[in-house]
Amino acid sequence: MTQPFRIARGGQIDRSREIGFNFDGRTYRGHPGDTLASALLANGVRLVGRSFKYHRPRGILAAGAEEPNALIQLRRGNRTEPNIRATQIELFDGLECESQNRWPSLGFDLGAINSVFSGLFPAGFYYKTFMWPASYWLKYEAAIRRMAGMGRTAVEPDPDHYEHMHAHCDVLVIGSGPAGLMAARAAGRWGARVILCEDGPALGGSLLGERTAIEGKPAIDWVRSVEAELSGLPELRVLTRTTAFGYYDQNLITLVERVADHLPVPGPHQPRQRLWMVRARRVVLATGAIERPIVFADNDRPGIMLASAARTYTNRYGVKPGRRAVLLTNNDGAYATAFDLADAGVNIAGIVDVRPAPTGALPARARAAGMTVHAGHAVAISHGTNALTGVEIIQLNAAGDGFEGASRPLDCDVLAVSGGWNPAVHLFSQSQGKLRYDDRLAAFLPNQAAQPVTCAGAVAGHYSLAACLIDGAAAGASAAKAAGFGDGTPTAVPSVANEPEAPARTLWAIPRPAPGQGKRFVDFQNDVTVEDLALAKREGYRSVEHLKRYTTLGMGTDQGKTSNITGLAILSGIVGEPIPKVGTTTFRPPYTPVSFGAMVGPETGAHIDPVRHSAMHPWHVKAGARFVNAGLWKRPLFYPKPGETDQQAIDREVLNTRAKVGIVDVSTLGKIDIQGPDAVELLNRVYTNAWSKLEIGKSRYGLMLREDGIVFDDGTTTRLGPSHFLMTTTTVNAVRVMAWLEYWLQVQWPELKVYVASVTEQWAAAALAGPNARHVLADAVEGVDVSHAALPFMGYREGRIAGVPVRIFRISFSGELGFEVNAPADHGLAVWEALVKAGEKHGIMPYGMEALGTLRIEKGHVVGSELDGRTTPDDLGFAGMVSKTKDCLGKRSLSRPALMALDRKQLVGLMPLFKTEEIVRGSQLVANQNTRPPVPMEGMVTSNCYSATLGSSIALALVKNGRKRVGETLFAQSPLTGRSVAVKIVHHVMVDPEGARLRD
Amino acid sequence: MLLIDCPWCGPRDQREFNYGGDGTVVRPPDPSAATDEAWHDYIYIRDNPRGSHVELWQHNAGCRRWFKVRRDVVTHEMQGSAPIGRELPPKP
Repeated sequence: MTQPFRIARGGQIDRSREIGFNFDGRTYRGHPGDTLASALLANGVRLVGRSFKYHRPRGILAAGAEEPNALIQLRRGNRTEPNIRATQIELFDGLECESQNRWPSLGFDLGAINSVFSGLFPAGFYYKTFMWPASYWLKYEAAIRRMAGMGRTAVEPDPDHYEHMHAHCDVLVIGSGPAGLMAARAAGRWGARVILCEDGPALGGSLLGERTAIEGKPAIDWVRSVEAELSGLPELRVLTRTTAFGYYDQNLITLVERVADHLPVPGPHQPRQRLWMVRARRVVLATGAIERPIVFADNDRPGIMLASAARTYTNRYGVKPGRRAVLLTNNDGAYATAFDLADAGVNIAGIVDVRPAPTGALPARARAAGMTVHAGHAVAISHGTNALTGVEIIQLNAAGDGFEGASRPLDCDVLAVSGGWNPAVHLFSQSQGKLRYDDRLAAFLPNQAAQPVTCAGAVAGHYSLAACLIDGAAAGASAAKAAGFGDGTPTAVPSVANEPEAPARTLWAIPRPAPGQGKRFVDFQNDVTVEDLALAKREGYRSVEHLKRYTTLGMGTDQGKTSNITGLAILSGIVGEPIPKVGTTTFRPPYTPVSFGAMVGPETGAHIDPVRHSAMHPWHVKAGARFVNAGLWKRPLFYPKPGETDQQAIDREVLNTRAKVGIVDVSTLGKIDIQGPDAVELLNRVYTNAWSKLEIGKSRYGLMLREDGIVFDDGTTTRLGPSHFLMTTTTVNAVRVMAWLEYWLQVQWPELKVYVASVTEQWAAAALAGPNARHVLADAVEGVDVSHAALPFMGYREGRIAGVPVRIFRISFSGELGFEVNAPADHGLAVWEALVKAGEKHGIMPYGMEALGTLRIEKGHVVGSELDGRTTPDDLGFAGMVSKTKDCLGKRSLSRPALMALDRKQLVGLMPLFKTEEIVRGSQLVANQNTRPPVPMEGMVTSNCYSATLGSSIALALVKNGRKRVGETLFAQSPLTGRSVAVKIVHHVMVDPEGARLRD
Repeated sequence: MLLIDCPWCGPRDQREFNYGGDGTVVRPPDPSAATDEAWHDYIYIRDNPRGSHVELWQHNAGCRRWFKVRRDVVTHEMQGSAPIGRELPPKP
């Protein structure tokens, strides 16, 4: 027999089509419009998972986002996802899924042995048991994780793609139940830009699961008519299958739209999910309320569900949750479940109403229909193994903390429970709004808003349909008005029957029938019982936040949607303090779990960061360069020739540059154009050295400090005209130096008449270095004399190469005769090619970052590893570059005692005693390698390389008082590689210390 | 994610801005005359009152202007912004 629990008619499912799905290897049938949960119930599948700690059999408790038990491993392979709520999985043809947290099978689970020994697993069990020895924790954890299940993530890359969307609106309405629909319509009619966001696939919220009438017609007809009207409003956008999961500052709300989760696979170019970041002028929260269970012994058997869920499965999905039902309630509202189930053909075995004398209209109607109302009774315990077979009921005493008389059994396969409602205040609370506890409703309600937000309907404690409609209309109209649309007049509210409800009896937990009998679960997902809460209190955990962490109450994927409030109410009874004083734990985003895919959006793989290419990049590719990332830039590392090792390629590039000529792409250096009558003054203030006397057509090396005296950046700056300079920065600090100059000019020195503009991307740059550099340049350039006399060291001239106007700077980073050529970026490639061509007969070779690094280490030039945020000019041997006659940023700090200490680390060179031994970068330098720890640190290695020029490994290092220790032997210890290398301290300039080559 | 009111571009998302630190710090006008203590305070010491702060921000992905913002660091309420050289609205 197929779908034995499907009701013959009714519900919002497509009965004209049957679709197949697979759960735990078995095939079942369902209809479009089903959720996985409703389809499983239709097929009589009630056992859907095992609990986290005790491996108790669990069934479906709810029909919405609050579901704690029915967590499913959905799909297979690279699309599999763990912990998905069966109540929110839309059924599609061919859906494949598995239960979680069981081994070897759901029906026969070895982990259930935990339940037999549950006395060994009290609250805080893991903290108490697995602490010693501490080093074993990782091993325990692996075993516990395996037992605890919680599903598996996919191990292959996600084949789907995700989108991010930024949106602005006047009114964001969250929830499309009666209050949300009215709010959206009221705001929309005034012309406001509205976004209406609904978690489920269809608008209507609770109305979809009720048999209520609006204006004398089924509520669903009214929902359809509102939907039709909304679709005609041009400024209104409806987002279904969209969960609002986070509420942040200045009314930023994050939504996740499940664009294609209801399909077997997304369509071509269709994202699987879309993350929305919505800035709303006003927000209307119409998030409804979540029914809460009543706690009693063995309240977790499959077949025990929330009364509202039983009603929803019957009315919305046309599924009987069982054949014989008992209702356990403390309020009138749940009686509708009994009526709806009875009409669907379910035998009502009894209504257990904990109120001593339920005399309202609804109990009267139940009695008139022939149902037995057990007034003042409670369910003491349930029976069954893998599913519910019956309950014991017994008379409660007046206080609700004990029983009177004897128990009697009621056979049933479904128990519908209602302990009242908890308004879904999660988003309101995330928005920093304050809650208040309402004694009459025994619930936390929104109180003081901290942002422009209004709560409407059940979330505000207005549970009746009539109140929701009125509330929604008013909230929508006033939100529109506050956003500048309309006069705040709400739209007319449709007429509905209003059946008065008698008060509820506040009852959180029913006593056990006898000490030790049954388990009373407060939190199903984390297996937290009333007894665990009592134990935690005995052990001193009185704060609700501590209680949460110690017992795990309210943690996990459901974040305690059905358990938090009940848990803290029970705690309040245990500690003897009123509920508002105990308070709630903090509500944090996300409301329901959000996939990493949606969070990351399109920024994966090649799209994580933009890639910056210099104008010469195509040439480097053609020349076979190996590239390295320098920030976002791709820079050539070296240009290997066939058969060469990496080191051979680097050595060749270095030796060729020192012997003939090399060319390197330096386009990535930061370039800042500085203009204005106060440009010199700016340079004098930001650089340590003086700039007033720099002539037009000359460059100077400059050093920049932070205000705390630490070296920030260095580079050359060239005077192009009387009030026109070009500053260069290191590649890595290009952006920072620009913001730094802007800060000082705008915030501190607005009186300076200077403009700065970043021109890094506007100019391509190539550097020529080596004895033949001038020959190459002279052969390539037109219209300018580049002889030593016309273009001396640190000189600047303009000329043309390949017909392109270029800027020529005689500067050098390698210690060789060197020129830097800047060309407009669009022509950078042409100029580079012209230089390479002109260099052919002079033995030119391109060199990359490795050779560049080797050349500069040989010359003792500092870069990022030495400018590590701790070094002063004196540490780096630049004391002479700090002008004594003028002030500059950071200069005052240099005279602070800490920066003048005698044992500061200073820049030195290192050579190994055995030339081929590598001095590992990051090594600590110690004086004696055989000392027992702690060993005094003498310094550290900052840069290293193999110098083909010197035929030796070399390094730069920062060593305590290092300049006075030249000649001393130290040991470079590298804990990472386990190597210890004997090194000799040398002057940091290891090649051509006189600087003769670059001045010729 | 804050919504920051740039005095030139209007309210924009926080991701367009750089935070520039405490906007109340005053640089000693003549650093060489400042005592070690005064200079140390300027470099390192920042007040962190509960409530309203004056902050510097730069609209780095927009007009690149630095400006002042008054913000409550407890509630994250944005209490006004002003160009450098103009007064912020008073502390509420």
